[in-house]
Amino acid sequence: MLIHTTDAPGVTPQRVPLVELRNIHVAFGGVRAVAGVTLDLYPGEVVGVVGGNGAGKTTLMRTLSGARPPDSGQILLNGQPVMIGNPRDAKTLGIETIYQTLALADNLDAPANVFLGRELEAAATLDDSAMESAARKVIGRLNPNFKNFKTPVLRLSGGQRQAVAIARAIHFNARALIMDEPTAALGPAETAQVHDLIRQLKSEGIGIFLVSHDIHDVFDLSERISVMYHGKLVETVNKNDVTTDEVLGMIILGKPPTKLTRQELAELHG
Amino acid sequence: MGASVPSEASGAGGPARSFATTVSSALAPVTGVLRSLEIDTRMLGMIAALIVIWISFNIVSGGNFLTARNLWNLSVQSASIAIMATGMVLIIVSRNIDLSVGSMLGFLGYTMAMIQAVWIPKNLGLGFEQPYAWVITLVIGIALGFAVGGLQGFIVAFGGVPSFIVTLGGLLVWRGLLFRYAQGQTIAPLDTTFQMLGGGTVGTRVGALGEWPSWILGALICLGIVGTLIASRRRKRRYGFPVRPMWAEVLVGVVACGVVIGTVWVANNYPLPPAVAEQYAQEHGIQAPPGGLFIPTGVAFPVVIMLIVTLVVTFLATRRRFGRYVYAIGGNPDAAALAGINVRRTIMLTFALMGSLAAVSAAVQTARLNAAVTSLGTQNELDVISAAVIGGTSFSGGIGTVPGAILGAVVMQSLRSGMVLLLVDSPTQDIVVGIVLVAAVGLDALFRRRVS
Repeated sequence: MLIHTTDAPGVTPQRVPLVELRNIHVAFGGVRAVAGVTLDLYPGEVVGVVGGNGAGKTTLMRTLSGARPPDSGQILLNGQPVMIGNPRDAKTLGIETIYQTLALADNLDAPANVFLGRELEAAATLDDSAMESAARKVIGRLNPNFKNFKTPVLRLSGGQRQAVAIARAIHFNARALIMDEPTAALGPAETAQVHDLIRQLKSEGIGIFLVSHDIHDVFDLSERISVMYHGKLVETVNKNDVTTDEVLGMIILGKPPTKLTRQELAELHG
Repeated sequence: MGASVPSEASGAGGPARSFATTVSSALAPVTGVLRSLEIDTRMLGMIAALIVIWISFNIVSGGNFLTARNLWNLSVQSASIAIMATGMVLIIVSRNIDLSVGSMLGFLGYTMAMIQAVWIPKNLGLGFEQPYAWVITLVIGIALGFAVGGLQGFIVAFGGVPSFIVTLGGLLVWRGLLFRYAQGQTIAPLDTTFQMLGGGTVGTRVGALGEWPSWILGALICLGIVGTLIASRRRKRRYGFPVRPMWAEVLVGVVACGVVIGTVWVANNYPLPPAVAEQYAQEHGIQAPPGGLFIPTGVAFPVVIMLIVTLVVTFLATRRRFGRYVYAIGGNPDAAALAGINVRRTIMLTFALMGSLAAVSAAVQTARLNAAVTSLGTQNELDVISAAVIGGTSFSGGIGTVPGAILGAVVMQSLRSGMVLLLVDSPTQDIVVGIVLVAAVGLDALFRRRVS
């Protein structure tokens, strides 16, 4: 494994990582979805997690979000080992996730979704007005044109639904954020909005794992890029040290660029 | 119905499309009003359907349907199904089903009869007619219902067995247990105070509120409605949310209170049976006038119980996390789990609540019958599920309301009671109710496709 150096402002290699995943293993029956992956994330940093379909990106991230605890391996937060047995644990530790499926309850309205599982209460009853008021603020920050706070999110557009999912993740003062394909369902304008948001969150010192198929998104936004292949980590590279072609080569062939043979390189470039 | 409209329009010379536009533009003010009122259109449709059913039956039966006597009986008959339908809504909303409610009701009703008519008086040797017997019976019954329902819920939620299977098993098991320990015996009579819960009469005691308490109840409900409207408007104002126009607010309040007062008025227009009234007059030294004594019955206790249950379950469903989670699970179970909701516990609780409500209904039904029989509650599951579904609860999960289920129960019972008035035989009643059930869900699905 390489010793990482990072050129993110204010981040020095000696600092304790915000999140460390150490030697994580996850198996589904006989399929080893994640086999011994080690990753880290510093505050105010975006780490792109890339790989082909079935490379284990999402499964790895689900161990951190508590959706699927690892079979073995260790998760450290600010250097301290933590147990993340379910999504509630992760949220309590300040790890929020925006799932690729958005994970919205379609029949509920936007405020109910933003506060799902963490409802505000007054006198032992739900305080819907307070939740709506807070939801209006946080969603308004993402999308000033958002008006439908009373309709089930089923009837909202893809971008509006995305705004609800993101609002839910950022409203609770997250320290680390997992974004799984945050722009896959979005148009160009909405994608730009999400990019702005990621830069803003980064400047606030939040660490972000960005899982994406879009290599250009990843190059735009992240400091480091971790490439996964068949459940294993190929390598984590500094964005400035590699080209998109080299990263694509790692995604497709599962080897670091330095270990590629001349023939493989030739095949890759047609 | 829809197909005949365009042909008539084209017969009149105008193309069908312009007719449709005319209709929609003519309806524009109506939809505008509906939007200002912020009333669920589906709910409004059901109320309209109920009014049509009532008026039709009244015309066909020659004015026998919309009488105080018939409506009072209708309210009592609807109550026991409506009580369980409120719980069934939450079960179906969370994408489950409970087929065992009828058997649970039978089992719990029989046990409750045993408590008051055998165990307390004979086994404990305390004698009949203990003043506290009805309370103990009710409390133990509801707790047992919670446990029985909770057990089924536990198997569904933690055992991973589909609720259809678990409660199908429950349907057989609870009825079978009942048969085994009843040995075909009917438990009767029951404690006279307990009998009041069924809305019947024992001597001069009547299972209803009587005239003035009914009016007071009506006034309290009206105060509650007005208070809720005002509080909600204030809260919205404080947060700067949009509020309904004042006229809409007043209209909603007036109509809701009008319905409450009308209901009380109808209940107070149903007199006690002549024999009971005569006895009452003798006991109280009242001289009966020549036309016979008119003593208002008032709102029946089963209806009062139903109102309390409705209030409690609506509160759980809309004002508590539990209800929010039930709806979230129904909308997207994975999302609910990822949001950190304890899905299993929530599901288990919906079944436990259903068991408790089955116990409440069991109390009403046994009290009304003044006996516990082994066939008690047979096929009630079908009526309860039908009531919830006619009331707009969707089997795809996440959609359904408690007031809707109450209305659904009243619609079903209205159909049955109207057909009884018209001397329609029981198989034909079943055919009609079955068709209405399918048609209601079919129309709803069609309507929803149009909207989306």
